[in-house]
Amino acid sequence: MLKDKDRIFQNLYNDLGPDLDSSQKRGDWVNTKEIINRGRDWIINEIKESQLRGRGGAGFPTGLKWSFAPKDVGSRPHYLVINGDESEPGTCKDRDILRFEPHKLVEGCLIASYAIQAHVCYIYIRGEYFVDGQKLQAAIDEAYKKKLLGKNAAGTGWDLDIYIHYGAGAYICGEETALLESIEGKKGQPRLKPPFPALIGLYGCPTIINNVETIAVVPTILRRGGKWFASLGREKNTGTKIFCISGNVNNPCNVEEEMNIPLKELIEVHAGGVIGGWDNLQAVIPGGSSMPLIPKDKCETLTMDFDTLAAEKSGLGTAGVVVINKDQDIIKCMARIARFYKHESCGQCTPCREGSGWMWRMLERMAKGEASKDEIEMLSDVTKQIEGHTICAFGEGSSWPVQGLLRHFKDEIKKRNKFDPIVKENKNIPYLVDQHLLDKNA
Amino acid sequence: MSLKKPAKNQPDNFEFNSSSLEVAKNIIAKYPSGKQQSAVMALLYIAQKQNDNWIPLAAMKYIAKFLEMPYIKVYEVATFYSMYNLSPVGKYFVQVCTTTPCMIRGANKLVEACKEKISENERELSNDKSCSWMEVECLGACVNAPMMQINDDYFEDLDKEKTLEILDKILNGEKPMPGSYRGRVNNEPENNRKTLMDLKNA
Repeated sequence: MLKDKDRIFQNLYNDLGPDLDSSQKRGDWVNTKEIINRGRDWIINEIKESQLRGRGGAGFPTGLKWSFAPKDVGSRPHYLVINGDESEPGTCKDRDILRFEPHKLVEGCLIASYAIQAHVCYIYIRGEYFVDGQKLQAAIDEAYKKKLLGKNAAGTGWDLDIYIHYGAGAYICGEETALLESIEGKKGQPRLKPPFPALIGLYGCPTIINNVETIAVVPTILRRGGKWFASLGREKNTGTKIFCISGNVNNPCNVEEEMNIPLKELIEVHAGGVIGGWDNLQAVIPGGSSMPLIPKDKCETLTMDFDTLAAEKSGLGTAGVVVINKDQDIIKCMARIARFYKHESCGQCTPCREGSGWMWRMLERMAKGEASKDEIEMLSDVTKQIEGHTICAFGEGSSWPVQGLLRHFKDEIKKRNKFDPIVKENKNIPYLVDQHLLDKNA
Repeated sequence: MSLKKPAKNQPDNFEFNSSSLEVAKNIIAKYPSGKQQSAVMALLYIAQKQNDNWIPLAAMKYIAKFLEMPYIKVYEVATFYSMYNLSPVGKYFVQVCTTTPCMIRGANKLVEACKEKISENERELSNDKSCSWMEVECLGACVNAPMMQINDDYFEDLDKEKTLEILDKILNGEKPMPGSYRGRVNNEPENNRKTLMDLKNA
């Protein structure tokens, strides 16, 4: 288990209070000026050395992303945008940062803005987190009052203004270009890439977009050194991560742990075990709903980091661990996730708009045992035709969980959906393609 | 993308009252000059708050003029995002999360409670027209499942009994306490905390 002194979010459980005074006691804002005086290159190099990867799901190296920002500010200003549109089912880590550790985020914004030469930072928070957003706003106001933001922020000579922009209930706005569209006051429909936002982003200006958790860990990394962060976890999967363990466990919780922690330890030690005991475990979704599930036999030895899970054909995503025990109908669980994606598709690309609905309806029928044998292959075919044929990664996000189900629970689906589509007797199933053959015989 | 239709009975006029106007001007000031269209989402939200939790078409037209943008662009935004209500939902708008993490912890019981207390169907006003309910997608409090949202507040760690109590309160016009209904103040593992113990005992 990670040592308490190596935990970045000391106030994850709000033992100390989220206000500025108590945050300063924990070390936030203490030597921001010194850090920034060391210069842009030092900051970016230190982040590169820490091998920090984005915490929003894709796991893109943060230092590398920052280095994409143009070196000199031309006629267009640079922007920093923080993605707090946390809507991935199974994930609720950013909410705790907003309400309990807001100053880590605000200080991170100042350092990151300096590193990419931005004077304005927008924090995009999902509309449902209105109350938590107000807490962040209180922290921002506090920082302005103490001259930690605004002109010559924290005495660093850098000017920075932070504004909160609330979303209004659209999962797709977590996609970075859809988020930019949303800030511009349009429908949240992703843009074609390239051009990438680092060159042409918000209002057509160079923009760097990072997740809340990514930015909130930056000040601590710079204080304790990239080497310290890189010493946790394993190579290319370094540092700590907030895991959200939900579903059929005795004590659902958020906990900050080292990368590469065994999944079993996470569930048994922190979350109080699976309801009904470890043997009652059916499957685990390791990284939020868009990541394929992992069946029980693999959960025994699985460790939680980007590369290990990618090798298992799943992914760490946002580290929202959803535990599903044997009391649940796994097909129904996945059908519900498919319904989520059907609801949240932005409707821009046809494969995703239509396909997400097809997948949902097929899975609903499979859960009831009304599908025919050959539909299993057909469903797999549909997922393949969505994946990779859309503007953004939503296509993958919606088809991967279905592919995961087909990969690991095909037998279960086959057992439930036995009937042969070549009809030999009248079953009165209205959507059956071969119904006319029956009617002739009748 | 949600399927929503504007209400049949629409008011003829809409205008921001003085307090909304002030908030709206502050919000527009957040964005670079000439980019006031960015404020459309926030302004729709303000209009919704001012107009008993829903946005009439007149408000969209008003906002379009206010921000000097085409009406259709405002309409697009209002129909795209799921948090904008285009027809009356009552003073208390109950949203029950039923996505998988909540579903496997019994969100259907919460739906049952809503059906018993408020109305048989979603998006249907209760008899006294004071509230309505609907199923929504993940609200991002999965560790506190099952949960629901009433207006801006989260109600967490619920079961059917507690949901019925909360709904009784709002139907009587009282304001129930938001937060966890198992007494949690944060997302630590209940009675099983293994980390940051020095701080807990401090």
